[in-house]
Amino acid sequence: MLSWYYLKGIIMLAGIYLLPVLGLSLLTGFTGLFSFGHAGFMAIGGYTTAFMMMKLKVPFIPAILIGGLFAALFSFIIGKLTLKLKGDYFCIATLGFGEAIRLLLDNIQYFGGARGWPGLPLKTTLTTVIIIDIIAVILLRNIIRSRHGRNMIAVREEELASSIIGIDTFKYKMISLVISAFYAGVGGGLLGTYLGFLQPKIFSLTRSTELTIIVIFGGLGSLTGSVVGTILLIALPEILRSFANWRLVVYGVIVVFIMIARPEGLMGGKELSFDIIRNLFRKRVKEVKAEGGK
Amino acid sequence: MKKFLSLLVVFVLIASLFSGCAKKEAGDVVKVGWIGPLTGDQAVWGQCESNAVKMFFEELNNSGGLLGKKVEVVAYDTRGDGTEAVNAVRRLTSQDKVIAIIGPNSSGQAIPISSVLEEMKVPDIATVATNPKVTVVDGKVKPFNFRICFIDPYQGAVAAGYAIDVLGFKKAAILYDIGDDYSQGLTQYFEEVFTKKGGQIVAKEGFKTGDVDFRPQLTKIKAANPDVIFMPYYYKEVALSAKQARELGITATLMGGDGWPSEQLMTMAGDAVEGSYIINHLDFDDPEVQPFRNKYKQKFGKDSEINGYLATDACTLLVEAIKKANSFEGEKIKEALEGIEIKGITGNIKIGKDTHNPENKEAAIIKIENGKYKFVEKYAVK
Repeated sequence: MLSWYYLKGIIMLAGIYLLPVLGLSLLTGFTGLFSFGHAGFMAIGGYTTAFMMMKLKVPFIPAILIGGLFAALFSFIIGKLTLKLKGDYFCIATLGFGEAIRLLLDNIQYFGGARGWPGLPLKTTLTTVIIIDIIAVILLRNIIRSRHGRNMIAVREEELASSIIGIDTFKYKMISLVISAFYAGVGGGLLGTYLGFLQPKIFSLTRSTELTIIVIFGGLGSLTGSVVGTILLIALPEILRSFANWRLVVYGVIVVFIMIARPEGLMGGKELSFDIIRNLFRKRVKEVKAEGGK
Repeated sequence: MKKFLSLLVVFVLIASLFSGCAKKEAGDVVKVGWIGPLTGDQAVWGQCESNAVKMFFEELNNSGGLLGKKVEVVAYDTRGDGTEAVNAVRRLTSQDKVIAIIGPNSSGQAIPISSVLEEMKVPDIATVATNPKVTVVDGKVKPFNFRICFIDPYQGAVAAGYAIDVLGFKKAAILYDIGDDYSQGLTQYFEEVFTKKGGQIVAKEGFKTGDVDFRPQLTKIKAANPDVIFMPYYYKEVALSAKQARELGITATLMGGDGWPSEQLMTMAGDAVEGSYIINHLDFDDPEVQPFRNKYKQKFGKDSEINGYLATDACTLLVEAIKKANSFEGEKIKEALEGIEIKGITGNIKIGKDTHNPENKEAAIIKIENGKYKFVEKYAVK
């Protein structure tokens, strides 16, 4: 019923958006910092990648990595300036940052300004996206399970208490922000080489809020939630195509309903891992054995 | 309650999955796609285009169809967003198997879809995507991208040429939207042509999409005392900025591009835009325009935006190309489109082989008099 070519497009897009969502998941879900400027990091990554490939003839994979690193560098500077801010103030600072990046790009004629930068090489394929996604998920899972990850969670739960037991809260917020910006940057690079076109308009505030919505929708503090949330929320507008003028209204209504039905998000902080599946399976085997023993 | 809600959501989703699948027998129906914004801030234009396209093919079907087949229009929303446009075109070309696509209405959507068009070999005729790079990038023409409108350089050049050669203005000021590709494009070419012809740009001020207060910029413009202010952006901001300019006592003539003409402009701006000049694609009072204008008004209860006329011309162009090719195959339609000549509502259109643009299309100069759009003359810049 669905053609593979169309499906492939949606999967690739979901795969690309998964990266900034994972980054934001670490920052918001595990460190407790809200950001409305992640589209800005995507823009930096995207434009850096495009610059590397078009002007300096750097190959694809190094170019997107450099794009990610550049976004990380920016986030480091921003973090130095704003991470001392508490709660909502940090959130507003990131919002300003995201908009500032977009407006800057609007005016840099070297990169095409507001009219955009067409003719980028189309390098993003389904295989690259999936491989990068898998690496990204495994990497992030290991970070979260490490001592550093646990420190981040401690910062999220109770900042004051964690600083009393000797956690350098500023440092862990910074690590979290830099990693998260790196992910967003790589995602931006992939998006540019998927569309073959970059325009500052693509990285508007709406994009940043969409990313945050996905993270909250999937469930704060759950990687599985972020993955499932991305796939669902990227696919949803496509499923609703037949509603034409009312599509986004229906989209909004569905998201609101799901949030009412599950305020803690789809996964609600739980993870789906191989261990859980194995345990479920073992339990079942035991039951079967117990029944057989009768 | 929660269970009921979740059930409802699931039901809506499943229903929507199947709602698109009520297929007619494929034998005597061909599909033509349309993409553009049905939602979001550009929805006014998108809805008008999709109405016009549907009306056009409905009439065609009633008068016997195309090469013996009925045409079905599949219209998809893009929100005016490039990534959504790519998704929509992927769906149109692979799942709906359309023979050609009409739209989108902006360059930000028309540029990223070209790789999909080339892969699937489906031609596309953009309606008001005026960025030169929609059809030509780095000197190479994109094989499956066409357009029906004139391009930004031309529009900017016409405005500058008319201002200096015909109206005799020497000092111009520009107020433009720095966050908008269309506005930046027109500004760039207006400036180039105006200074080349010996004029002087005395002030150039930018604002950001969504701004409602233009007084700081207008105060600076007033200090520079220009003869004419070029305002290349859309009617909402035009109405606001024109009003504020008059409040500040600026008497200079205002000039704008094809973002101006809307039925909304007069109600919003009132006297402020009186005496202004607009560069447009067509003259609304031209007798040849009337049949479409009246038909649209009768059917949808309101006047068509400029997009409706261009979308209809895009349909005419496509139909002529299909007849010429005598085939529904993408590659053959594409070949037929190159160099084709038609007489459309917006003038004589001849698609250039190396540019895929309508060549030497005359622009209509419109003056606003007594709260009405009054056609002055057709003008092509030399």
